[in-house]
Amino acid sequence: MNKKISNQKAWWFVAPVIVLVAFNAVIPLMTVVNYSVQETFGNNVFFWEGVKWFETVLNSERFHASLGRQMMFTSIILLIEVPLGVAIALTMPKKGVWVSVCLVFMAMPLLIPWNVVGAMWNIFALPDIGLLGRAINALGIDYNFTSQPLSAWFTTILMDVWHWTSLVVLLAYAGLSSIPDAYYQAAKIDGAKPWAVFRYIQLPKMKRVLTIAILLRFMDSFMIYTEPFVLTGGGPGNTTTFLSIDLVKIALGQFDLGPAAAMSLVYFLIVLLVSWLFYTLMMKDEAQ
Amino acid sequence: MRTTARFIPAIYIFLLMTPIYWLINMSFKTTNEILGTFSLWPNEVTFDNYITIFTDPTWYNGYFNSLSYVTINMLISVSVALPAAYAFSRYRFLGDKHLFFWLLTNRMAPPAVFALPFFQLYSAVNLFDTPLAVALAHCLFNIPLAVWILEGFMSGIPKELDETAYVDGYSFPRFFVRIFVPTIASGIGVALFFCFMFSWVELLLAKTLTSVAAKPIAATMTRTASSSGYELGLLAAAGTLTIIPGAFVIYFVRNYIAKGFALGRV
Repeated sequence: MNKKISNQKAWWFVAPVIVLVAFNAVIPLMTVVNYSVQETFGNNVFFWEGVKWFETVLNSERFHASLGRQMMFTSIILLIEVPLGVAIALTMPKKGVWVSVCLVFMAMPLLIPWNVVGAMWNIFALPDIGLLGRAINALGIDYNFTSQPLSAWFTTILMDVWHWTSLVVLLAYAGLSSIPDAYYQAAKIDGAKPWAVFRYIQLPKMKRVLTIAILLRFMDSFMIYTEPFVLTGGGPGNTTTFLSIDLVKIALGQFDLGPAAAMSLVYFLIVLLVSWLFYTLMMKDEAQ
Repeated sequence: MRTTARFIPAIYIFLLMTPIYWLINMSFKTTNEILGTFSLWPNEVTFDNYITIFTDPTWYNGYFNSLSYVTINMLISVSVALPAAYAFSRYRFLGDKHLFFWLLTNRMAPPAVFALPFFQLYSAVNLFDTPLAVALAHCLFNIPLAVWILEGFMSGIPKELDETAYVDGYSFPRFFVRIFVPTIASGIGVALFFCFMFSWVELLLAKTLTSVAAKPIAATMTRTASSSGYELGLLAAAGTLTIIPGAFVIYFVRNYIAKGFALGRV
């Protein structure tokens, strides 16, 4: 590993980044903090409210419900996408043209604008004109994601699995291709079973990339907004109203700035806390 | 077992392509056919949806707007991230670790949190409804990402490269532009690709910061869907066209894409 030299002038190198990001991060964040402690009746007149909005948000059933749905959604998609992604990466060809073909096609869902993903799944899953909706109903299962909560959840999760499993595949594949052939030859000589190869050679090599995969998937699925909003609009009822959808409803729909700002901060802190845990784990791993 | 395993990637790709196929299928159908019949391929192929998009300025301007803020964002993000990533990968300075984590926290901020303050901020600086506003707003998550990826790639390059260049009499700027940048060209390509990707797919901020003049294509689609009811064919055609630039750029970075997703850390 390279040893870094101490150089305080390096600050000049990072200054442009700090200025640009601070403009985008610090000013809006301060606006949010500002709103979160005040009450307004319009006309830009504000009253100091202290921590009232935070109490309101933390005690509100509505926040608990959307937070619960959010955690459920994130857990389900992580439990599906990570093992599935690893399994697919393990079966991918190691060399040749097929590698490029696989990579290009698998990466495609990642580059589709998020509302197009939602719209595409909408017309794909509609029970009357969609292929998926028709197919499921043809199997004799009553399926309509616009009116049944269970179908809506199924469709949202399937959409996310479709959208993001490839990210895990690509990362796991990158980890796998960094394993020298000698490792496999040694395992062959020792007569290692496929499971042993996976457990003691492949999995340890994938540990770091999988941490990144879980970190990215956690962050992005916890912030998910556009895809489920376009697909289900948060419905039927509130059954697929995740945190971001609820937040936008409160902030831009009802214009309840105080509660929305307090909710934003609580929300941000949750993402930050979990991501910090992952980040620390990752850096500890990298330092070794 | 071995032979069945070989088919798994093929099956996976087939399943990935099915919804995309359905979208393309719809884009060549007339509204009547979409609503009236159910068929796996268009019975009477129509190009009307595409013709509408290419002739109506409210549609094709959407593509120009999207591509212009994505391009501006890529250029800004990567050019400011380059020196910063170099500093993080080569030097130790006061508060470097905290600064790095602070940058990453911005990648973790839910855009929904920032939607309203961004609207007010960019209105206050008179940039509302310009591609520049969206490009700058997307810097929030793209700069940290670019720094992270480039730092990963740069850390993989031995420091001896820098030292040899100085011994050979290169000044820092000349070394950086002539030797260092070409060496990490693939890393820069990957960083550009990721900036493209996340700026291209994001909609919440892009929609919040624009109204008419700089409206991105994705927002044009949402508004069409809600205002004119069931123009599904048109929606499908517009959607299909948004997939093309992405598919095009993946081809160029296909060999580096996995390393990029691993943030240069494989």
